[in-house]
Amino acid sequence: MISAYLRFIGRFTLAFTQTVGRSGLMLWRTLWGRPHGKLLPLTIVQIFQLGILSLPIILTAGLFIGMVLSLQGYNVLVDYAAEESLGSMVALSLLRELGPVVTALLFAGRAGSALTAEIGLMQSTEQLASMEMMAVSPLKRVIAPRFLAGIVTLPILTLFFNVIAIWGGYLIGVSWKGVDGGAYWSVMQGSVEYLPDVFNGIIKSVVFAVMIAWVALYNGYYVVPNAQGISKATTQTVVVSSLLVLAMDFVLTVFMFGS
Amino acid sequence: MKQPDHLVIKNLCFSRNERLLFDNLCFEFERGKITAILGPSGIGKTTLLKLIGGQLPVDSGEIIFNGLAIHNCSEKQLYDARKKMGMLFQSGALFNELSVFENVAFPLREHCKLDESLLSILVLMKLEAVGLRGAKDLKPMELSGGMARRVALARAIALDPEMILYDEPFTGQDPISMNVLLNLVKQLNKTLGLTSIIVSHDVNEVLSIADNVYVLADKKIIAHGPADLLLEQTDNPLLQQFLHGQSDGPVPFHFQAEDFVVDLQKVNK
Repeated sequence: MISAYLRFIGRFTLAFTQTVGRSGLMLWRTLWGRPHGKLLPLTIVQIFQLGILSLPIILTAGLFIGMVLSLQGYNVLVDYAAEESLGSMVALSLLRELGPVVTALLFAGRAGSALTAEIGLMQSTEQLASMEMMAVSPLKRVIAPRFLAGIVTLPILTLFFNVIAIWGGYLIGVSWKGVDGGAYWSVMQGSVEYLPDVFNGIIKSVVFAVMIAWVALYNGYYVVPNAQGISKATTQTVVVSSLLVLAMDFVLTVFMFGS
Repeated sequence: MKQPDHLVIKNLCFSRNERLLFDNLCFEFERGKITAILGPSGIGKTTLLKLIGGQLPVDSGEIIFNGLAIHNCSEKQLYDARKKMGMLFQSGALFNELSVFENVAFPLREHCKLDESLLSILVLMKLEAVGLRGAKDLKPMELSGGMARRVALARAIALDPEMILYDEPFTGQDPISMNVLLNLVKQLNKTLGLTSIIVSHDVNEVLSIADNVYVLADKKIIAHGPADLLLEQTDNPLLQQFLHGQSDGPVPFHFQAEDFVVDLQKVNK
């Protein structure tokens, strides 16, 4: 019994160390050294694929989350006659937590899974191997633009999410529940600070973007080259990157707002 | 007269997932000749091509291409060497999102700063050589298996390599496509003076065009020499079984199992 337990720990530790080492090396070889000559245009194409095509889901989710947040917030605040603070509550919850986290979770589901499936399919149909044999590094030509596009895209998507969610909050709070529109904005303006609130939220989303893109590209690049392997890798990307986002959010929140 | 060797493999050992695939293999690939490597499925023929292309590290041994030790060179040297190698993958490995024209243009766009009109001329010449100039605007998904392999061949010769590696080029082809591919391999070898390495298990087709043949089985080379002399080695039962496609012989028809009757009795219990 004990030996089986020890064997399991040993196997898990070895697999974990191997994954960390291999993914670290992959990222190092992707970013270190002379970049691909067409890195900028290739990255722009990926920004379209990952960013623009993710906009509908991000904007729709943002609108609904802002509306729900505002409605729930109003119901609590109105008991204390503090409904004028609704704008502050909506904006701070979104900028500090909900915006970066929910956008990252949606991004992991929409763009992360697509990245893994795309790279995995390229790997299993030997497209990446053929690129290598044509003396073109797939890490620089395929992986690097997608990684950089992820880092650029997620913070921008987070900002869009925040804006539309705050507007959704306004729709419910002001247009439906009758909170004063001027108070909604002015209280928000008074309580939201640029560095601790907006900038910290952006830092969070950059960290989340690195993790999601890294996990998604690693899972695609080292896929088991068959249909089941691609399906497993795609699922793993969504599960692992979502959990990493939530865990990392806690760590970052402790550092940013713990004191 | 024997040509100087273009690629030499010495004492190659390689194992994957703790399973030994190659045990001390030695090959010599003559410049400008077609050399075939025959062997049953799963013996590691594709792996051998990946080792030649430096995509996998060897356990021990040497792979010398044009005097360069592929197994032990810098990334830049390896990439320079790969520009002189073309490889035709079994699946074709065409880029799905690019048209036939762009697939063939890909290596040229990556490595040569060519004027667009000159690039177009080069691509059209390569496509004409494989008879698919008319398919230049099609996407890989719109091509048949044989056509995809011909486009991949045009892409493999786009950089005018010195050597070309064919991974199972005839597998799953109808008789017309098979013949077209056979003629293309022969013609390209002759007109461009390419050193060609074909790994395959299509015995008759390969023997009809190869100058030299190596036969692999059970981690080792069981026979090698000129194609016509190979057929005469009747004292080698494993070679004869493979060349004539006999279902039973040194490679048994039945996978290793316990006695059939005992197995059936277990079911009844």
